[in-house]
Amino acid sequence: MASRRTTRRLAADAGLLVVAAAFVLPLAWVILSALDPHANLRVKTPDGLTLDNFDAILTPEITFTPLLNSLILCGGATLLTVVCAALAAYPLSRFRSRFNRPFLLTILFATSLPITAIMVPVYALFVQVDLIDTMQGTIFFFAASQLPFAIWLMKNFMDGVPKELEEAAWTDGASAFQSLLRIVLPLMGPGVSVVTVFSFVMMWGNFFVPFMLLLTPDQMPASVSINDFFGNRGMVAYGQLAAFSIVYSTPVILLYVLIARRLGGGFALGGAVKG
Amino acid sequence: MTTTAPHPRPTKTPDAEHPARGPRLPVRILPLTPAIVLLLLFLAGPIAYCVYIAFTDLQLTGQAQESFVGFDNFTRAFGDEAFLNAVWLTLVFTVLSSLIGQNTLGLALAALMQRASKPVRTLTGGIVVTAWVLPEVVAGFLLYAFFRREGTLNAILDWLHLPSQNWLFTLPILAVSFANVWRGTAFSMLVYSAALNEIPKEITEAAEVDGAGGWRRMWHITLPMIRRSIGTNLMLNTLQTLSVFGLIWVMTRGGPGGRSQTLPLFMYEQAFQNSLIGYGTAVALLLLLVGSLFSLIYLRLLRTEV
Repeated sequence: MASRRTTRRLAADAGLLVVAAAFVLPLAWVILSALDPHANLRVKTPDGLTLDNFDAILTPEITFTPLLNSLILCGGATLLTVVCAALAAYPLSRFRSRFNRPFLLTILFATSLPITAIMVPVYALFVQVDLIDTMQGTIFFFAASQLPFAIWLMKNFMDGVPKELEEAAWTDGASAFQSLLRIVLPLMGPGVSVVTVFSFVMMWGNFFVPFMLLLTPDQMPASVSINDFFGNRGMVAYGQLAAFSIVYSTPVILLYVLIARRLGGGFALGGAVKG
Repeated sequence: MTTTAPHPRPTKTPDAEHPARGPRLPVRILPLTPAIVLLLLFLAGPIAYCVYIAFTDLQLTGQAQESFVGFDNFTRAFGDEAFLNAVWLTLVFTVLSSLIGQNTLGLALAALMQRASKPVRTLTGGIVVTAWVLPEVVAGFLLYAFFRREGTLNAILDWLHLPSQNWLFTLPILAVSFANVWRGTAFSMLVYSAALNEIPKEITEAAEVDGAGGWRRMWHITLPMIRRSIGTNLMLNTLQTLSVFGLIWVMTRGGPGGRSQTLPLFMYEQAFQNSLIGYGTAVALLLLLVGSLFSLIYLRLLRTEV
């Protein structure tokens, strides 16, 4: 029995390693190329290690301005999303009302709508109301598109905070707003950070929304400006493209690790999505 | 964020009458207002506008006033070969990458992880999840490099003495489907790992004692027990795959010759390269309707949980 179990474990290990090897190739390319003075399109041992690629891209024009734009866009929209979601989740989680169920169903329905499909009308609408090519317009749209899922997650996390603690506060004369701010939110710290990080990561990686709603190159976030490596600069410098990809991706990977740790294992999001 | 409508603080409500039962009506509605305003203006608004302009001939430039054209955009679409091509490619892309690829591979990985040793499990999980967490455009570049004529895949095929080819030219839809599998499998893996962990050990062990082999256990015990997760996962994967734009845009721009042009890319091309906003929006509306349909099925699957 024991030997059969060992064989089975070895077979499982082998299967996983094959998949891991296939999945790791593109990742290996980006890391090796970023350090390679003569990078091309295939995975190869670098012709010597260098940080020149990073040196070349760490300029205001190529890296810092787009990253700052990303930060303003995604940070602003995340803040707006989390504040609105926390406020909205409170009555949904705390008070019985016949309005709750239809509202939650609508929210859940909206979480799975393909946002890509409405970008053309959003563009046309933004032209009409003069929000096209503005940071605030893009922030509002980002927040609205992320809000259904954020409300849904936030409400589920809030349901986990026992109501008794708040009732004590109410008898002491605290208002609903005070009890949300002082009691409920601090108790659901991990939940709030999951909603925050998840919203931010989704927006940081989003290409289509800023691509459609922003026009001025100076305002473009990193998700759009990365395409300039192909367009305007003639010969594609693959090493620099790889270096930029790493710089641009690192924040979201770190944030993901942060919440995965906090919730014990990387499986929290999968579980959260299941409802 | 001062423009988000001055939020009236709900502190004023006197709840002296029923202190223990919590505050009254305004407090139940007011906190919802910022979210509702934002959703109405920036989500419901565009959807309503989408329905309106899908029935007009709105163009990008040089037009004083758009006019109502009824179902013209839709009849035009169904007679447009490029549109039908995009529908077909969207179907191929969804079936290959979401239903077959992400879903099956995700389940296989989750099942293998149940038995594998911890270091291998952690390593594989880490790599697969990294592919998922990377920004869409970066994933696009990595797989562009992988599938290019002078890229890694052909290098490996050469090394194995197998014929290489220019994947992005000969089989672009296959290349972007594989890219979507690479990027999206982690989600299925996470959902299925969570589901498999919830199956009580006694059940699988009992079946093992009764002599049920690996495949039979999978088919008769494991799959029926996680069928709700399978439904949820298929729905979410499909919805996500239907709206993939950046990945394909970076890898092929929908080309060559429209051979990887799924509906989102077709919609974009009509609206912006051909300046036909009305027509592009009609296509968008069809996509939205398909998405809503899947969304409703998904809601039904979750019905008991709300």
